[in-house]
Amino acid sequence: MEQRPLPGAAAAAPEPEEPGTESDDLTDSEESVYSGLEDSGSDSSTEEEEEEEEEEPKDSPPSQAHVKGAPRKSRNLEADPALKENQHLLLQNEYEQDSSDEEDIRNTVGNIPMEWYQDFPHIGYDLEGKKIYKPIRNKDELDKFLEKMENPDYWRTVQDKMTGADIKLTDEQVDLVHRLQKGQFGDVHFDPYEPAIDFFSHEVMIHPVTNRPADKRSFIPSLIEKEKVSKLVHAIKMGWIKPRKPKEDTPSYYDLWAHEDPNSILGRHKMHVPAPKMKLPGHEESYNPPPEYLPSEEEKLAWEQQEPAERKLNFVPRQYRCLRAVPAYSRFIHERFERCLDLYLCPRQRKMRVNVDPEDLIPKLPKPRDLQPFPTTQALVYRGHSSLVRCLSICPGGQWLVSGSDDCTVRFWEVSTARCMKTLPLAGVVKSIAWNPNPTIRLVAIAVEQSVLLVNPSLGDKLLYGATDQLLESYVAPEEERVQPVQWVAATTEEHGKGIRLVIQHSRPVKQVTWHGKGDYFASVLADNSNMQVLIHQTSKRWSQNPFRKSKGLVQCVLFHPIRPYFFVATQRYVRVYNLLKQELTKKLMTNCKWVSSMAIHPGGDNIICGSYDSKLAWFDLDLSTRPYQLLRHHKKALRSVAFHKHYPLFASGSDDGSVIVCHGMVYNDLLQNPLLVPVKVLKGHALTWDLGVLDVLFHPTQPWVFSSGADGTVRLFT
Amino acid sequence: MGGLEKKKYQRGSATNYITRNKARKKLQLSLPDFRRLCILKGIYPHEPKHKKKVNKGSTAARTFYLLKDIKFLLHEPIVNKFREYKVFVRKLRKAYGKSEWSTVERLKDNKPSYKLDHIVKERYPTFIDALRDLDDALSMCFLFSTFPRTGKCHVQIIQLCRRLSVEFLNYVIASRSLRKVFLSIKGIYYQAEVLGQPITWITPYAFAHDHPTDVDYRVMATFTEFYTTLLGFVNFRLYHSLNLLYPPKIEGQSEVELKPTEGEAYAMDSESYLEKLSALSASLARVVAPTPEDDVEMDEFPVEGETAEQMDARKKEQEVLEKQKKLFEGLRFFLNREVPREPLAFIIRCFGGQVSWDKSLCIGATYDVSDPSITHQIVDRPRLEQQVVGRYYLQPQWVFDSVNAKLCLPVADYFPGVLLPPHLSPFVTEQEGDYIPPEKLKLLAMQRGENAGEESEEEEEEEEEDDNDDDDEEEEEEEDDSEKEEETKLKKMEEQKTQSKALPVKVTAGKVRLEDKQRLEQEQQSEEKRLAIMMMKKREKYLYKKIMFGKKRKVREANKLAEKRKAHDTAIKEEKKKNKKARRA
Repeated sequence: MEQRPLPGAAAAAPEPEEPGTESDDLTDSEESVYSGLEDSGSDSSTEEEEEEEEEEPKDSPPSQAHVKGAPRKSRNLEADPALKENQHLLLQNEYEQDSSDEEDIRNTVGNIPMEWYQDFPHIGYDLEGKKIYKPIRNKDELDKFLEKMENPDYWRTVQDKMTGADIKLTDEQVDLVHRLQKGQFGDVHFDPYEPAIDFFSHEVMIHPVTNRPADKRSFIPSLIEKEKVSKLVHAIKMGWIKPRKPKEDTPSYYDLWAHEDPNSILGRHKMHVPAPKMKLPGHEESYNPPPEYLPSEEEKLAWEQQEPAERKLNFVPRQYRCLRAVPAYSRFIHERFERCLDLYLCPRQRKMRVNVDPEDLIPKLPKPRDLQPFPTTQALVYRGHSSLVRCLSICPGGQWLVSGSDDCTVRFWEVSTARCMKTLPLAGVVKSIAWNPNPTIRLVAIAVEQSVLLVNPSLGDKLLYGATDQLLESYVAPEEERVQPVQWVAATTEEHGKGIRLVIQHSRPVKQVTWHGKGDYFASVLADNSNMQVLIHQTSKRWSQNPFRKSKGLVQCVLFHPIRPYFFVATQRYVRVYNLLKQELTKKLMTNCKWVSSMAIHPGGDNIICGSYDSKLAWFDLDLSTRPYQLLRHHKKALRSVAFHKHYPLFASGSDDGSVIVCHGMVYNDLLQNPLLVPVKVLKGHALTWDLGVLDVLFHPTQPWVFSSGADGTVRLFT
Repeated sequence: MGGLEKKKYQRGSATNYITRNKARKKLQLSLPDFRRLCILKGIYPHEPKHKKKVNKGSTAARTFYLLKDIKFLLHEPIVNKFREYKVFVRKLRKAYGKSEWSTVERLKDNKPSYKLDHIVKERYPTFIDALRDLDDALSMCFLFSTFPRTGKCHVQIIQLCRRLSVEFLNYVIASRSLRKVFLSIKGIYYQAEVLGQPITWITPYAFAHDHPTDVDYRVMATFTEFYTTLLGFVNFRLYHSLNLLYPPKIEGQSEVELKPTEGEAYAMDSESYLEKLSALSASLARVVAPTPEDDVEMDEFPVEGETAEQMDARKKEQEVLEKQKKLFEGLRFFLNREVPREPLAFIIRCFGGQVSWDKSLCIGATYDVSDPSITHQIVDRPRLEQQVVGRYYLQPQWVFDSVNAKLCLPVADYFPGVLLPPHLSPFVTEQEGDYIPPEKLKLLAMQRGENAGEESEEEEEEEEEDDNDDDDEEEEEEEDDSEKEEETKLKKMEEQKTQSKALPVKVTAGKVRLEDKQRLEQEQQSEEKRLAIMMMKKREKYLYKKIMFGKKRKVREANKLAEKRKAHDTAIKEEKKKNKKARRA
């Protein structure tokens, strides 16, 4: 099994002058040989278990042969340049200095860099210790050129670096150089393509390779082996060594659960979660499903476009007309594999399934029918305004309704007939309107731009409004003029004709006016950011004051307590309760809303509701806490206004979604019982305009009726 | 107050869990070994309730194992075997490298191996536990037994899987415990009831597998390793519970007898036995010969707290079950060669039928096609050249549908070449409000004992007749309409004439608005409900909406299916009509 490295040598031949690169090349090729082997080996060992078993012994001998062969090859090749030089010298010896007697003066210094002798005229010493001089070489460029031109053998003259002598190459030597350059063998007579003879083959030859007589030890039995064998025999006799048992491939089974102990059920951990079983197939998985389970074209397309994880079914239902036509399911192995992955990779968790009847979730509330009376149907529509109706107010008797609108008018209506009794054109948009709650006085406060107008509507009982006029005229200006934040101006005659009695001129636009329960004081809110936002006016004395020294934020609305001397100021997120007598802050209510829009107080005075622009309604129980007792999210859009009924336990809220929700809000005298809030009716009627629905709601003072004004320019009455 | 400061994440749930990498390090195992260990021991990751707490404040996605599980793994003898195996591999590699063949031989002989018996016992302390978890084991074994004998995994495993699955099938036949079968597009589902536990498994259709490349067969092989052990023990126990010999022996023949028969030509001696067994045609030998009066009437003990009605229902169920078990008793089937032999032979034998097939198809055929006693021949080709009188030629679906319906269905729908009725899944039990396909309704009626099939046919015929009548009527009606129109015109003209004489002012009678009280009430109720929903708390409202959404979706889906069916039916009817008309013309 010996392989001669012939092809390797042939490959080495082409470029003998670059031994370094040559050997590099060779090692490369060797590597590739190895890597090929390794590849084949790794191919056969894909599975780590089978790796060892699959490596067959027949593979290895050739690889060993390669291993053995390789170093020898490389050694030969490394020796190659040296050989060549030797040959070179030999040739020189043979042809130039034929006689062996002659003194060899070539080189006595050995193989040292010749630069060391560069500056000396000699190179080394002979036996007598005399210097061996270099041949005189003082040729300059011109001499070289001349020689090149004249000497016909110049091309075959080389300098021997060892001795510095010029040597003329013979024809044979030139021939050799040529042959080596061409990549042929140096020896002319060498035949690289001789038939290979396997001297050491697997065949046993009749003639021995060597002629050496056999050793004696090959005839006599070995003592050491005898000893070993006898040891083994003894061990076998003693029964220490047993013959190998044939391995049993088939596993043996027995009754594993012969003594089963039900008490030991997974005692090791209580948190064992058994794997859920796979889902059982439905009708759609049948090979011949009912036709309704077959997907239509669109459904198929949708299925294909879905992510595999999102699909409800992991296959497309198909119909085959007979069992013979059913093909193999291509994802069968996949599915089993995924199940395996689920079993050992998927985290398990016990999840409590919510098993509630949805009906049980609905709170048990008293029936609205039992909470009557409350407004249920739309009874009247008050038409007349041409723009959105911002504000509403009603006279304490409940006969007259007043509404202010963006069309710069204030209209007075008779409630029961929806007849517009009077129209009062004004200079600007009406922001707020409030009817004096005192039944003996007929006055309406109207907020228009920078002023608050006190208007006598001159409706109804003549005695009554005449008395009001008299009351206003009976005012006597005090002697000393006090400094006031506003100007009280009596109306001009023209204005007087319209019904305007007093004009209170503010420095800023007025947002809201609201009366105190007694009907003498009223408060106005200015659109300002200073401490001048809230002003309290006294009508009888025509006197105004600014209750706050500091601004606490943008005031949205203010409110007087119906009984006690309290004053409520709603800023964006808080409602502050001030005691007017003690002149101090008594409470600060957190509304949990982003932006309070409106506020109303229960006639009992202990409960407040706040509507907000983030569609929440907060009910505060002042005795309970400063946080809302309940936060109602009934509306879909921003709340614009809220209102309480004076007598009935009702409150209403109007919102941008165009609906008015009437709720039953029972407050008990018993302090231990919390208020009962039940929505009783959703009233719809207002059309949405510019994304605005209901702007103001108002209860009738005596009847369970609710008025609402909307952005569609109408006022509606629900009874 | 003093005391040491409590460090975070050193108590509570953070200490109960361990991440996978940490677990691996604790066990000193490589990832494949850890994986194999988890599979064999049935350890799975847990999802902690408070993941962030367990994850020490990080929200990175990690898999957590229970620390107790991992500690429990530490004492597992198999872990040591894994390490030994690693050493063995190293030694073997070395020996190969040095080409020490004797060492290689020696090492291979002493290859470390492990048994999984104790793990099976540990994971399933009682036999019932093992039965409950048998679904995956069976499906996997049936899949592996269909793998080719070359390539993907060891031949021994495949052969073992085949042997175990055949044994299980034989047990099911012997105990007659098959309940439901289903031909799906994925494969054939079977459900058997063993000791009161429903066991479902799926077998692929008999085709060569297109082996996917993105599946890790090592994982599957590990699972199969465990499952074969489990299934072997379960089989042993099951066979013994029926007094059958295990490993199974075919009744009436000793092995010596078996050899010289056709087995020789068919397969090697070592294989022919399994082949005979897997033919599923012969019954198995018992340890104790069964006496003919084996069916002892069971005494009945009323369960406490059970009413008479419940007892009756139970009794009835029992009767139905007994009847189902003897569904094919006395029938002789013959399977044509184009029919899947194994599933059909299995099913028919499970219900007491006798079955045979062509001798050249498979070993174990008991009678020939020409046998005159054959009652049913299962055929799956469009038409037959020659038919023998005295037997039904049926498509295979009949067998499956009959088993699921628990009665022998009328054969007319299943003749060869006939458009088959839909094959329904027996695993679906429709709740109230679910969509029930009409075929199922028909089937339910049939099970109740009404002869629905004929009725429906009659109905159809009647309907067709009705349709014809309708057409005639319509024509008549059209005529009537024209007459009526003329009359009305006349009347109008008359009226106009009379009116022109009288005053043009007219008092129209006010319409009485009929207030539908019921409707009003309903509206009121729905409004009340809406208002109450408004008052719900946020969380409850969310839940409520979710539940309602689910309900609505269910209804929508059912409606969609019903609509689809209706459209399909009308389309078919129209086509029929057209055909009829064409024929008439």
